[in-house]
Amino acid sequence: MNEEKFKFRSRMRALTDSSVTALSILATVLVVAPLVAIFVYLVYKGASSLNLDFFTQIPKPVGEAGGGMANAIWGSALLLALASIIGVPVGIGGGIFLAEYGRGTKLANAVRFTADVLNGVPSIVMGVAVYALIVKPHIPFLPFTGHFSGFSGGVALGIMMIPTVCRTTEEMLLMVPHAVREAALGLGVPNWRSVLSITVKTASPGIITGCMLAFARVAGETAPLIFTALGNSFWSSNLNQPIAALPLQIYVYALSPYDDWHRLAWAGALVLIVLIVLAVSLVRYVTSRGVLKGAS
Amino acid sequence: MPGSLVLVTVHVPDIRISRPQVQPERPIPDAQKLAGESTSDVSAVRKFLLSRGNSSIADAVFHWLMVLCGLSIFAIVALIAFELVLRSQLSWQKFGLSFFYQAFTDRETHLPMFWDPVNEHFSALPFVYGTLVSSFLALLISVPLAIGLAIFLTEMCPLALRGPLAFLTELLAAIPSVIYGLWAVFVLVPLLRAHINPFLIHGFGWTGLFNDENPTGLGFLAAGVILAIMILPIISSLTREVMTAVPHSQREAVLALGATRWEMIRMGVLRNARIGIVGGIILGLGRALGETMAVAMVIGNTPEIHRSLLSNGSTMSAVIANEYAEAVSDMHFSALTEIGLALFIITIIVNALAQLLIWMVTRGTPSQVH
Repeated sequence: MNEEKFKFRSRMRALTDSSVTALSILATVLVVAPLVAIFVYLVYKGASSLNLDFFTQIPKPVGEAGGGMANAIWGSALLLALASIIGVPVGIGGGIFLAEYGRGTKLANAVRFTADVLNGVPSIVMGVAVYALIVKPHIPFLPFTGHFSGFSGGVALGIMMIPTVCRTTEEMLLMVPHAVREAALGLGVPNWRSVLSITVKTASPGIITGCMLAFARVAGETAPLIFTALGNSFWSSNLNQPIAALPLQIYVYALSPYDDWHRLAWAGALVLIVLIVLAVSLVRYVTSRGVLKGAS
Repeated sequence: MPGSLVLVTVHVPDIRISRPQVQPERPIPDAQKLAGESTSDVSAVRKFLLSRGNSSIADAVFHWLMVLCGLSIFAIVALIAFELVLRSQLSWQKFGLSFFYQAFTDRETHLPMFWDPVNEHFSALPFVYGTLVSSFLALLISVPLAIGLAIFLTEMCPLALRGPLAFLTELLAAIPSVIYGLWAVFVLVPLLRAHINPFLIHGFGWTGLFNDENPTGLGFLAAGVILAIMILPIISSLTREVMTAVPHSQREAVLALGATRWEMIRMGVLRNARIGIVGGIILGLGRALGETMAVAMVIGNTPEIHRSLLSNGSTMSAVIANEYAEAVSDMHFSALTEIGLALFIITIIVNALAQLLIWMVTRGTPSQVH
């Protein structure tokens, strides 16, 4: 009797075990399926609409076939350059503070915590804040303020880069062995030079990948640009004026009722995703190769 | 560091050669005095090092510059909060806290209404409702899948598959919101409209959660599904991280007692990692609450409250995205800003909570860089 009970129980346990295995495999399949679906559909729709015009032409008026997104690609490049100029130095500086100067202090813990929280603030809120700060400011007459502009869009994206860059820089600097710092200081190198040309330089591949991650993240951001950069259907390099951006153009075209514009939206999405996947793969490659192999 | 001078002697030429970009040598009064007092016994090394002067000013400047960069993060958060509070004053003074729960009655139709920019009647209730419903749906769909995926990846998956699968889910996190929206508009919504919604109405219509009033396929369900796909990688990668942080001895102990693999996962891993998993879920919730573009593209954007998950609605972030650039009056603008402020406060609380929980679990182990 007892033996039968025991046999039954162990069979049940084995059954539970294998059904859980099956369920988690099913979950994995269910997760991978939409991803593959998105990619396949994107490549299929995007590649069939992509041509040279896409990169060289500006949008045609409604009803005319053809046209491209050259202005949006150029606008995105300008916005991202401005964002990087703002976000990368401040982010790296914050990371250096966390890893080199503030390590273990309450202030550093507070900064780290705030950075993580800031990372989770929705991008649309960032857009609202920048709108209030630059597009419709309290103090008029300042340059670049008072109207929709590429400048305000770049600032919004730059602010969003800071926490990501800051945290990855910190993590990378923490991986640099202490002996390297001590060696530099032992040779009489001033502290600031030791930080910049020894510690940061050693960790630079990791820091660069962190910056690229942040870059890839803001490259696809649309929400903070809707009411800062606004978009523009003509060629413009003027950051003091509304400027086109690739994600913004995709959004507008996707919701339009025209098939031609839908095709352009897919082509734009493909270009955007190829850029981002390239960045992420590069990051993956560098980190998996061991960023600091030479140092440790 | 005079003690180390002797040791350095041999390396002096190396220093000069390897660092040709040194600053112009500027003698410091003290150093000159020292060099002058002791004549022959001062070695070349000492002269060289003293001639560098001390870098206390440069060091202090650099130090404070870095501190400033760190503090700028506080400044950004403070500035955002300040601007949002200031710009939402108008609506706050008119509606007060009832902004988040009141409803107005339409004069002609006598139906409840919430959002009337023309008559300056504003209530955030339908947007709060839409945000909560779509986020809850997203969690309902994604949490079991994410935990299943994390279990598979950490405990069962053959090593050869682990890397590519983890990479794929990371890619899922890197796709921009607007591309999810594009895909949802052209693939997911037609799919829901043609196959899934009729099935739900037919099979579960009696619950009142699914009715056929809205044939477009847009609505809460579409938003919930696309949000679920978007927050899945966040929850799953954090779950994976805390599960990996559970020491191997725990697993071995349970296995040694004769447990099956599932029992080992349940008792040895999930029980130890549960706080961190909850943290990951809350972080996913935070992302779902603030997600804008994909939701704005598929939820239908009507300021209404319906019981049916298949009807149109709107969320807090979607209404800001749709109306902020074209706000018709100061009050409209202020009401939208107040919604933004509410979103800001909610996501800060949710994220702080999640960080705290994750920190409680992983503080013992070094953080992983991906």
